[in-house]
Amino acid sequence: MTPTLQAFVFVSGALFSVGLLAALSRRHAIFILIGIELMLAAANLNFIAFWRFAPQPHQPPVGVMLAIFSIAISAAEAAVGLAMVIAVYRHYHTTNVDQLDQLKG
Amino acid sequence: MSSIIDHLWLVPAVPFAASLIIILGLPNARRRSAATLAIAGQVAVLALSTVALLSTLQTHGFRAVQNFTWFTFGDNALRLGFVLDPLAAAMLLMISLVGLCIFVFSIGYMAEDKNFVRFFAYLSFFSGAMLGVVIANSLLLLFVFWELVGLASYLLIGFWIERPSAAAAAKKAFITTRIGDMGFFLGMLWLYNRGGTLVFYDGGKGCLESAGLAMLGASATFIALLIFFGAVGKSGQFPLHVWLPDAMEGPTPVSALIHAATMVAAGVFLVARVYPLFSLGAINGVTSSLTVVVWIGVTTALMAALIAIAQADIKRILAYSTVSQLGLMMVSMGVGGVAAGIMHLLAHGFFKALLFLGSGSVIHGCHGEQDIRKMGGLRRFMPVTFVTYAIGMMALSGVPFFFSGGWTKEEILHATAHWPKSPVPYYLMLAGVILTALYMTRQVIYVFFGNPRASAEHAHESPRVMTMPLIVLALGAILLSVVLTPAWSWLHGYLTGEPVHFEIGRLIQPMLFVSLVLVSAGIGAGWWMYRKAGMQAGDRPAEIDPLEYAQPALFRFLANKMWIDELYAHTVIAFSWMAARLSNWMDRYFWDGLVRGFGAMGQLLGIFTSDVDERGINAGVDETTVGARGLGRLMSAAHSGQIQTYLGMVAIGMLALLLLYAWLA
Repeated sequence: MTPTLQAFVFVSGALFSVGLLAALSRRHAIFILIGIELMLAAANLNFIAFWRFAPQPHQPPVGVMLAIFSIAISAAEAAVGLAMVIAVYRHYHTTNVDQLDQLKG
Repeated sequence: MSSIIDHLWLVPAVPFAASLIIILGLPNARRRSAATLAIAGQVAVLALSTVALLSTLQTHGFRAVQNFTWFTFGDNALRLGFVLDPLAAAMLLMISLVGLCIFVFSIGYMAEDKNFVRFFAYLSFFSGAMLGVVIANSLLLLFVFWELVGLASYLLIGFWIERPSAAAAAKKAFITTRIGDMGFFLGMLWLYNRGGTLVFYDGGKGCLESAGLAMLGASATFIALLIFFGAVGKSGQFPLHVWLPDAMEGPTPVSALIHAATMVAAGVFLVARVYPLFSLGAINGVTSSLTVVVWIGVTTALMAALIAIAQADIKRILAYSTVSQLGLMMVSMGVGGVAAGIMHLLAHGFFKALLFLGSGSVIHGCHGEQDIRKMGGLRRFMPVTFVTYAIGMMALSGVPFFFSGGWTKEEILHATAHWPKSPVPYYLMLAGVILTALYMTRQVIYVFFGNPRASAEHAHESPRVMTMPLIVLALGAILLSVVLTPAWSWLHGYLTGEPVHFEIGRLIQPMLFVSLVLVSAGIGAGWWMYRKAGMQAGDRPAEIDPLEYAQPALFRFLANKMWIDELYAHTVIAFSWMAARLSNWMDRYFWDGLVRGFGAMGQLLGIFTSDVDERGINAGVDETTVGARGLGRLMSAAHSGQIQTYLGMVAIGMLALLLLYAWLA
């Protein structure tokens, strides 16, 4: 059976939902970052899928290029995020985001 | 002789200065200095007056004036001035001489008074004002001094301010004379309006000289009557006579000086001074204004003489006799006998001052008693007072030959008899002469004859300082008869400017017999009526007056001063009370109500705006802030600092946008 666009979008949507759930419900900063990575992965999957199932499939590989860009950016973002987590930990001695409410109005 | 007129201003200035120094410079204890200063001032004035009199004797019909400009406004100048003529000079001498006697007398009479110093200050002040009236050459200046005299009179009547009756009498005198002065003032304004000048004699331009009089025309009658109204007030003529008897509340020297000899004579003097106004356009010596003067004078003379018969207060009797004599002088003015009136005024000044000082001596001797029914038999205790008083009484009654009053009264009768308008005043005057002799006899009998009663038992003669002025005045009353005799019409000629001639035949005239008969009748009737009065001794003063016994109703009518005071109380004063109450009510309720209404409106407006402010604007602002705060709180609740909540919101927003997009597409 040939995988369809719907299947990819479904998987991508599930992946995004799991990532969002993780980002919203986990208390540990690392898990939140993992959730965010999951959502990025869902987006990358969408890029590739929509490129693959486009009306003219072998056009310049725009989708792949975008996915690669996105992965690069997410790598940088993860690096920054982990650096922030370490900085926060050093400052507050915790990575529990519930206790990090200094931005409260 | 221009030197005296140049210094005439000193005549009022000296007593004024003395008064000022005394009141401002001397403490209450410096009695001797105060009296010395006042008397020295009076002596200086007497000397000046004598010089003035001598200078007027040099030429016949002497008149010197000294005018000066008070101030100018626009093209007009208000001019004042002093005048020296026989009328002024004679008055000056009389006032300063009588004044001096009274000043000296006051030293004795007021010896016990705690306000001795103030008294002499007032006396000097009065003297200056009165002398100013006499020498004023401008109706305005005369009016100024006239009012000063009124003020002095007010101060002196109310001298014993601790007595309510004295305070009331002072107020009454001041207000009553002010009513007359209002007429005077209006007359003065009218005169200035018509004539353009108030100076009497101004080298042909004055208001009493022919050119000035010609400008007045028919209004002269009204001007003269208005000015006469002022004289009525000052001289205690009917209907404004009511203040004069009450003015006896003042110390007796004051009564002598002001309410007998000088001030009340100012009214008569005023009429004499502005006589040309009265006689303008006279036909046969009669004008309508002079006719009014005659009738007012006759009414006053007769009425006051009647009232005097039934009075019991020694000073009140003299007060009414003053009113009566002033009426006599007014009649004399009115019938054309100006010189006779002034001569009577001068003679009256002496003998009335004498009588008042005599009564003062009696009161002093009887320790302040003024009721003649409580005296009696004083001739034994007070011989000097008795003799001088008797001389004054005979001068007042008009006994001819030896007493000044006799000649002048006879001359007035003579002038009245020839009044062409009506014979009635003449007969009424004859009745007045009888009455005068009658009430004076009554008074002398009550005071000096009979047996000593309640207050007379410890009577004593007054000290020399009081009897000496009496003697001087008594001599004056007698010696004046020499210059007043009709045989040698010197004073008459002096005052009128007519040629003087000596004619012994005029000594004996029909009028002499008339007056002799009348005076004898009056004194005889008095003696007969009151021969038994006052015979009771001891502490029974309230015996019935013979007249009261015979005619109780008439006596009550007279003793109550013909109920004129009561009549005024129920008419004029009641009216003025009503007017006062009405104004009070208007002020309190109408005008005040308006003001309060406006106030209330303002208050209402204030309440309204404050309400708008409080509940509208303030509340709006408050609500806004509360809302803002609530919103802020709500918003800040969203701002929890929980990063995941933010993220959730972003997710919800994203979802919402997606749904919106789906729905729109």
